[in-house]
Amino acid sequence: MRQMAGRLLGAVLLLLAGAASAEMPRLPHNSRILATGGATMIEGAAGGGIVPWAVLAGYGSSDEVGASGFYTHVDLKDYSLDAFGVAASWHNRVEVSLARQAFDLGTLGRALGLDDHELRQNILGVKLRLSGDLIYGRWPQVAAGMQYKHNLDFGIPDAVGARHDDDVELYISAAKLWLAGLFERNVFGNLTLRWSRANQGGLLGFGGDRGDGRELLVEGAAGIFLTRHIALGGEYRQQPDKLSFSPQSDWFDAFVAVFPNKHLSLVAAYADLGTVATLPGQRGWYLSLQLAF
Amino acid sequence: MRSPTTHRVAGLLLLMCVAVGMDARAADRLYDDLGGADGVAALVDQFLGNLADDARINHFFAETNLERFRSKLIEHLCALAGGPCTYSGDSMHQVHAGLGIGEAAFNAVVEDLIEAMERRDIGTGTQNRLLALLAPMHGDIVERR
Repeated sequence: MRQMAGRLLGAVLLLLAGAASAEMPRLPHNSRILATGGATMIEGAAGGGIVPWAVLAGYGSSDEVGASGFYTHVDLKDYSLDAFGVAASWHNRVEVSLARQAFDLGTLGRALGLDDHELRQNILGVKLRLSGDLIYGRWPQVAAGMQYKHNLDFGIPDAVGARHDDDVELYISAAKLWLAGLFERNVFGNLTLRWSRANQGGLLGFGGDRGDGRELLVEGAAGIFLTRHIALGGEYRQQPDKLSFSPQSDWFDAFVAVFPNKHLSLVAAYADLGTVATLPGQRGWYLSLQLAF
Repeated sequence: MRSPTTHRVAGLLLLMCVAVGMDARAADRLYDDLGGADGVAALVDQFLGNLADDARINHFFAETNLERFRSKLIEHLCALAGGPCTYSGDSMHQVHAGLGIGEAAFNAVVEDLIEAMERRDIGTGTQNRLLALLAPMHGDIVERR
């Protein structure tokens, strides 16, 4: 599985490199201001690390297209997560994204003597910018999004009480950048409300023995640009708690994002996911690479 | 369990609130930080050079009286930055009406200005303060479709 994922990633990167060298013939692109496409969060949407933001992937403005590809690795105390995918945006209005996540059960997998050490899921995302602009105007940029998630390994989620191996989540996000907002630096904030019943983002299925209804969950991000190339920030993501076999903690991260140019961005973060599948103290490093066109 | 979570959320919210509260402040000393009359003139010259070289947007200036554009732009930036000038030109809406300027063209001009400020070694904070004063013009310049 690892090999296949690696090959798929290679193919995606080749495709993106090809698109870059062809400079997206005849399609105007790339005119939005640096960093306004954000990074790519672990579910494939433009955002931070764990929260989808109201911004759209790539740098296409109102008559243009944009695209991005990402690879992220999260190394927690007892687990690790790999995620990769691609996203495209049209006229800074619609974003479509595809991502694959592979969650390595590590310690727990060995303790349980499992053959299958991985939980994988595919995620199809669609995001629609409803109104506003991140930088210009008085009001924030507002977007509504949908994520369709499908588990590829449902044996363990099923065994611990999850009800569904696929589900749709809906969210609405508002994001704003304040020029010279704080200490003469540009400051941004994003608030996202998500309607979900996903266990650990869906890697442990959807719904559970403690309830099958979706809940309104709060997610937020805030940060500051030290220069136009470097941002520091943090994120919070509330989680539902639908499986009695293990409590589920809310997620946090603190990140530094680097945007050397419009084609490359790197995010390094410290993530705290709390208790994950009975094992507490799941903290660790998050590294993400994004290419954009 | 609640306490550390609550604290961290409170921290994030506080940061966001402070950010909202600190609106782009008055242009105090911005004119000086831009280098006064000489600094503003040098910045405008660099900016105009960038615009002329930018194939994305230089066609918009094909019939522009560059001498007048230059003097009005210097005057405008000087006035905005709190310098001893009064802008005597037409409103941003009048100047750009009917040109069909879209988001892409507007962003290209912003990038040319940022590039000019970088060339002039203007610091990040000063750049941000000037951009904060210019950003509200977006609504008068970009044509909605």
